[in-house]
Amino acid sequence: MPYNPALVAPMRAEMTKMGAKELTSVSEVDAVIGDQKGSMLVFVNSVCGCAAGNARPALALALKHSVVPQQVVTVFAGQDVEAAARARQYFGEYQPSSPSMALLRDGEVVHFVHRHQIEGRSPQAIAGELTAAFDRFFGATV
Amino acid sequence: MSGHVFHPGHAELHGITVVVETGSKTYVGRYDSEDQRGVHMLDVGVHDVAEGSSKDEYLRKSVKFGIRSDHKHVLIPADQVTRIVRLSDLTP
Repeated sequence: MPYNPALVAPMRAEMTKMGAKELTSVSEVDAVIGDQKGSMLVFVNSVCGCAAGNARPALALALKHSVVPQQVVTVFAGQDVEAAARARQYFGEYQPSSPSMALLRDGEVVHFVHRHQIEGRSPQAIAGELTAAFDRFFGATV
Repeated sequence: MSGHVFHPGHAELHGITVVVETGSKTYVGRYDSEDQRGVHMLDVGVHDVAEGSSKDEYLRKSVKFGIRSDHKHVLIPADQVTRIVRLSDLTP
């Protein structure tokens, strides 16, 4: 059951403040991810205080890097249920978890950060791995 | 295990994705709690050696692709548990 919208509003705002486009419906997901070109990061948001509470600031840190995805979008698991489920259909064989992050290039998942790779880690540590992935998959020489 | 408390007020591993090994089955999912009945896990995938597939391959895929959840909740009797490790401590 979704949480009170007022409770999760700050978690949504944290994402949009860093420039992420929020996708709240199946049609929005299909329009943005369905024919995706270039580089994109999809952040699956979550109310989990400790995991998502570190993942969001980690992404904000990583987006200050010299190489970043061309688009950053977010769906909210457990809140915008249908939109999150639809986004996950684009993740191929990667299993659902939240929070999580998918890096896409021309519609293909090139890197995935699962919840188990976020749990108990500092935002700095998570950001370090993200920026390494940005360099590897979205760098100029790719 | 480290002394890091992931969810204050809960067991150290609460909310952490772990691998729980027993004699024949391996469970991968989120550790919830432990009581006199055993270990409670949520969103759990199960590997059974009796089915003939490789446990190492199952764990490798779980690390890389995530957990294919077969059960919302599993209770594993305490006397059957031989090892609990964080999934993130395993290398793909």
